Amino acid sequence: MVRSLINTKKKTKTTRWLKTIKQQYQLLIIGIPFLIYTLTFAYVPLAGWVMAFTNYKPSPNTSMLDNFVGLKNFERLFSNEVFLRSLRNTIAMGALDIVLGTVFAVFLALMINEVKNRGLKKITQTVSYMPHFLSWVVASSIILGVMSVDGGELNELLLFLRIIDEPINWIGMEQYFWFVSTTSQIWKESGWTAIIYLSAITAISMDMYEAAKIDGANRFQAIRFITLPSLMPTIKIMFIINVGNLLNQGFEKQYLLGNSSVINFAEVIDTYVIRYGIGQGNYSFATAAGLFKSVVGIILIITANKISKKATGEGVF
Amino acid sequence: MKMLQEWHNKSLQDKIFSMILLVLCIFVIMITLYPMLNVVAISFNDSMDTMRGGINMLPRKFSTYAYASIFDKNYFLSAVTMSVLRTLVGVGTSVPVMVMVAYVISRKEYVLRGITTRLMVYTMYVSAGIIPIFFLMRTLHLTNSFWVYIIPPLAQAYFIIITRTYILSLPDSIMESAKLDGANHFTIIFKIIFPLVKPVIATLVLFVAVQQWNNWYDTFLYNSSNQELSTLQYELKKMLAAATIKGDANSMGNSESGNFLTPVSIRAAMTVVVSVPIMAIYPFLQKYFVGGLVVGGVKE
Repeated sequence: MVRSLINTKKKTKTTRWLKTIKQQYQLLIIGIPFLIYTLTFAYVPLAGWVMAFTNYKPSPNTSMLDNFVGLKNFERLFSNEVFLRSLRNTIAMGALDIVLGTVFAVFLALMINEVKNRGLKKITQTVSYMPHFLSWVVASSIILGVMSVDGGELNELLLFLRIIDEPINWIGMEQYFWFVSTTSQIWKESGWTAIIYLSAITAISMDMYEAAKIDGANRFQAIRFITLPSLMPTIKIMFIINVGNLLNQGFEKQYLLGNSSVINFAEVIDTYVIRYGIGQGNYSFATAAGLFKSVVGIILIITANKISKKATGEGVF
Repeated sequence: MKMLQEWHNKSLQDKIFSMILLVLCIFVIMITLYPMLNVVAISFNDSMDTMRGGINMLPRKFSTYAYASIFDKNYFLSAVTMSVLRTLVGVGTSVPVMVMVAYVISRKEYVLRGITTRLMVYTMYVSAGIIPIFFLMRTLHLTNSFWVYIIPPLAQAYFIIITRTYILSLPDSIMESAKLDGANHFTIIFKIIFPLVKPVIATLVLFVAVQQWNNWYDTFLYNSSNQELSTLQYELKKMLAAATIKGDANSMGNSESGNFLTPVSIRAAMTVVVSVPIMAIYPFLQKYFVGGLVVGGVKE
């Protein structure tokens, strides 16, 4: 009696499953390969984090799990000067990109919004986000030319304006690298970022501007007291998203614009992982560096999202 | 005339404001365009003459020798082929796949909807990092292979979300009535969804094409030992690295059949060639990406 009851229960469960599969087999034909694809390319590599806790030597006789060393790689990491320097550089350039990138993008959006001539407005906007579509390889080729010590336009301009007496070697001196990196970022991306702020500005009600005009506000005052405050929620949420991605800012530009004489200020965690890990075969040590970056990144994103939910009522996920 | 009239009617403060705006706009346009035009001018200028400096927006001594020399290089044609091939195959495979996936996870009845969506969204935030991914590619035999350009970026969460959002905004009744007429999901996807999501498809095509064309990083990481799989971007990257290592790029002029060429000229010509396709599709791009970006920006 009991057995037959269990059997029917089992049966109904399996038949329900079979029924669903039969009904949705077409969706499953697309859905299951995609699920497998996602698991393979995004989740299977997470198992590679094990390497951070071992002393992996690439040879046919050892597996990833051999030579377990616990947290030793992390201890070495935090007493390693080069890693600490790349951590500092990652945070510094990331922060510079976020703060100055936001400032310039907002400024650009405000400026473009104030232009009343449609032709000029369109041209300015179209031109300003053009560099976004160039690869960093192309962009750095252009930037290295502009900043070069012999005949670079930046030096020529500064010489012409008599700000400097001698051309400055912008790309060969480490004290200038952060400036080079952030300027490049602003040149390449602020036009693109400004699109988001511009679309937020178009959502501001015209009534406010009219009311302000009646009260005798000039255009500066309208920007200062209406446009900017109305943009604040968007600025805040974009800022929070960017902070969540702090450690992922850059990399390509640091790799392409940097060279051996500025390495102390150009090395970021990702370039460090490539050079020490893949370049020199220190897989475990570099995985530990990458794992540290990922974990801090996840913590930053979750915290940023929580703050965002509290501050603006809107979360990213 | 009308413009003059309007100008006349403005208050002094307004006039000053407009003038400042005009100056700022010209400044932004110059700062963005000038470096690009400068590279074009250098690429078309005589190589030895360029060393004297002072090339602005137009070449001083016109020459196409730098272009002739890169077109002559044996790696060049294969790099062009590889760049074009990866762009075409990449777009041709990933766009249909992403639209189909987006449709599937937009179906409310789909049993694996919740878990698939969640696992997909997390991929935007969690990444195993360079080395574990490198090992995965090696294990899957994707290194030293063309398919490393196509398979890993095949279905990207961000684009799928944009597409799904668009599909969800379509009236459900279209799909319902198709189902009543006996259409299955595949018919719905190919006969109804594809035509309806054309604006999204255009956005995806352009974004994926730009992404494929611009990528140098996967070549560098997985295929750098195989010259046949090298792309234009990677060849330009190698030139850049060579120039920065040597420091002073101008000092290494080389002579080829009486003509002199400097790395500066070759690099400039290469930079222009690599960016031409992007600049060519840029006008078409514009129409679509603003909408796409705003959807993405909000949902990100």
